[in-house]
Amino acid sequence: MKLTLKVWRQKSGGHKGDFETHQVVANEHMSFLEMMDVLNQTLIEQKKDPVAFEHDCREGICGSCNMVIDGRPHGPQTGTTTCQLHMRAFKDGDVIVVEPWRSTAFPVIKDLVVDRSAFDRIIQAGGYISVNTGQAQDANAIPVEKDLASAAFDAATCIGCGACVAACPNGSAMLFTSAKVAHLNMLPQGEIEASRRVQGMVKQMDEEGFGKCSNMGACEAECPKEISITNIAMMNRAYIASMLGSSTNV
Amino acid sequence: MLLESKVPVGALDEKWTKYRSTMNLVAPNNKRRIEIIVVGTGLAGASAAATLGELGYKVKCFTFHDSPRRAHSIAAQGGINAAKNYQNDGDSVYRLFYDTIKGGDYRSREANVHRLAEVSRNIIDQAVAQGVPFAREYGGLLANRSFGGVQVSRTFYARGQTGQQLLIGAYQSLSRQISLGNVTMYNRHEMLDLVKIDGKARGIIARNLLTGELERHAAHCVVLGTGGYGNVFYLSTNAMGSNVTAAWRAVNRGALMANPCYTQIHPTCIPQSGDYQSKLTLMSESLRNDGRVWVPAKQEDAAAIREGRKNALDIPEEDRDYYLERRYPAFGNLVPRDVASRAAKVACDEGLGVVKTGKAVFLDFASAIQRYGKSEAHSKGIHNPNKDAITKMGEDVVRAKYGNLFQMYEKITGEDPYKMPMKIYPAVHYTMGGLWVDYNLETNVPGLFALGEANFSDHGANRLGASALMQGLADGYFVIPYTIGQFLSGEIRTPNIDPNSPEFAKAEKATKERLEKLVKIKGNRSVEDFHRSLGKIMWEYCGMARNAEGLKKAQRMIRELREEFWKDVFVPGTQDEFNPELEKAARVADFLELGEVFALDALQREESCGGHFREEHQTPEGEALRRDAEYAYVAAWAWDGDKAEMIREDLTFENVELKTRSYK
Repeated sequence: MKLTLKVWRQKSGGHKGDFETHQVVANEHMSFLEMMDVLNQTLIEQKKDPVAFEHDCREGICGSCNMVIDGRPHGPQTGTTTCQLHMRAFKDGDVIVVEPWRSTAFPVIKDLVVDRSAFDRIIQAGGYISVNTGQAQDANAIPVEKDLASAAFDAATCIGCGACVAACPNGSAMLFTSAKVAHLNMLPQGEIEASRRVQGMVKQMDEEGFGKCSNMGACEAECPKEISITNIAMMNRAYIASMLGSSTNV
Repeated sequence: MLLESKVPVGALDEKWTKYRSTMNLVAPNNKRRIEIIVVGTGLAGASAAATLGELGYKVKCFTFHDSPRRAHSIAAQGGINAAKNYQNDGDSVYRLFYDTIKGGDYRSREANVHRLAEVSRNIIDQAVAQGVPFAREYGGLLANRSFGGVQVSRTFYARGQTGQQLLIGAYQSLSRQISLGNVTMYNRHEMLDLVKIDGKARGIIARNLLTGELERHAAHCVVLGTGGYGNVFYLSTNAMGSNVTAAWRAVNRGALMANPCYTQIHPTCIPQSGDYQSKLTLMSESLRNDGRVWVPAKQEDAAAIREGRKNALDIPEEDRDYYLERRYPAFGNLVPRDVASRAAKVACDEGLGVVKTGKAVFLDFASAIQRYGKSEAHSKGIHNPNKDAITKMGEDVVRAKYGNLFQMYEKITGEDPYKMPMKIYPAVHYTMGGLWVDYNLETNVPGLFALGEANFSDHGANRLGASALMQGLADGYFVIPYTIGQFLSGEIRTPNIDPNSPEFAKAEKATKERLEKLVKIKGNRSVEDFHRSLGKIMWEYCGMARNAEGLKKAQRMIRELREEFWKDVFVPGTQDEFNPELEKAARVADFLELGEVFALDALQREESCGGHFREEHQTPEGEALRRDAEYAYVAAWAWDGDKAEMIREDLTFENVELKTRSYK
């Protein structure tokens, strides 16, 4: 299949970026990133600068890859990361537009690579359970209802890719933050720090320059792990409760 | 050089407890001053950095990723073993120890493996306390499943994403230490050299990948949790960035690489579909609980499938060869990975492969679907259900167990594995070899430690499923925090290490020149192109079956390729900027050195054991033939950039009897 790619090129955060057009010959079995490899190989053969993009595991779990493809984070398929997207989802002759995540809190580093370290700082602000190594009791001494464990897993499955932020017209990180709050707050192990956690993480999220949530739901629609926005409702509830019903003040 | 394992004396099951209670300690006031560098943030690195931070040391932690959470431990699917015996099925610390020693084909150190089995129980406790959402039963207690090479259920899991959940647990603990100021995190920094002062590891040269700047980082000691080197094969299930550079730079500074030829080739991966392919994807071993492996019994049927004239469903039951069930009736489809992989290769070599390239076998869920469907019908009180209803109910059960894996398969191949058997083929997955370490996990370079897949110590010549996560976390949470004190207790009078010392300057200069050289070659072949060429040589001659002639050839070819690389590679851009191609080039340069030592190691080991199969050494039935009298040793390699020299550590087995591994 012959494709026309319009790829975002930007030398660095300080430079102005623009689209560059390339022709690529691909086949339907390739993954989207393998198609990008073909493009880069061609560029390197022409002694040109290859397109910088993030990728690592290429099996949808590390959260590195981050391309907005034809206006959609991770491309046209639901529940799919860029690396799991295969070219059979496209047709011969297609024109494909590839851009980086676009958000104030995720500044561009080069081409399609952005800085997502804000997510790490949100986790550092309370996205953990304070237990030192060696302090744990026997694992089966904390029974957890099967459905609850499963619900916690559904929130914990977040890969931290940032598609939720890229999808949101406000650039909000509520889905990411709430998934971690929900994962830990709903488990008995995480309950004790629930108030501190939600306050700390929300505060950090706001400081990083992410936008507000206006219940658009685009984050849920584009999340490659299909994390539900009910987590956001849960976080809002926990946040309000922590401000009204406890003495915690982070 | 004499290699001292430093295994404590005493009975096997008391060694660790006694040693731990009598080893040297570092007082809290000294810990606050002592600096430790941890490189890598996978299960081993992140758990070590977090725990050392909790203990009060000043930790600096490095990853080449944009976040510590991206390390490749995240991709582990199936589970983590622990000798909890929650299932009351006869498991124990001894049994986990024994299974691991046997599974490793008697090429690992008894005392290390026993310690691993002991602390395995603490890992599960720790992970649960951190909020890792393991699978549970209706009673709220933890669920288990079974893995290859064992006959108990001791594997804890979080759907097909156990590695992800455990890594997130370790990452969260690490994040807490970062927020407390006990750990300083350096994202997007790659270790490019080890700095030694007076023979001790005292720091690293790291490249800030965003700016290209070389930085000197000093500490009282250095801990590497930098993973395995499976990407020397180019195509593997490892992440694209997984590399040997940190470990290999240490080897270039005098550390020893042990048993590099021990590579795990995982039997159930999605086969290669074309030359453009960048990586291979694993299908969890848990699928072999229900999937049956087969090939057509007749070559003409296999040919017809390859040419698209027939498909799997056209082959009647009597014309199928369920070769694992036939050859290994006791373990059937759940034989260990090395055995299953070799059997697939044998079938394909006989012309029975089922894809165009000839390199794939079927993994079929049809009988499991029927079995589960009938059982569901029975439990729902449906009498005389029709076949469609059974199939539907059976598919639902299979979906509940393996849904995410089936979905992943369909995304990659475009085929529906509920209707058509999966096509699978072995792929490089894990490397048992690694930096030589003693019982303290210290390399032969004082003050340099190696954890997890980066060391060689626990899996011998073959790793059992669900044991990598166990080892990474055991090393990081429960071993290094103690054993590092043995070294650091002697360093309490050592002032902070000066990064302006001549040793640092020299190492930085050497790194700078090396990078400059790579950028200045401006040849005609891409880094990727060289990497693929190396991978082809490795897979052809150092893959699932090896022989002396091929290994000698590989050694020669790799050396020629390395020479060509340094003459003809093309790296765009400069070293003073964000330059992913330069990062890759420096890694491939190291793989080209490792590859040669790998072939040499495989050549000297004139026996077959675990993942290392020498065609010259097999039984008349084609099973691996170990030679314990001559080869029950660890081969640790010194490398000076040109020549390799082998140093032996003899393995002594005081507690288990060396037997021929049988899964028949």
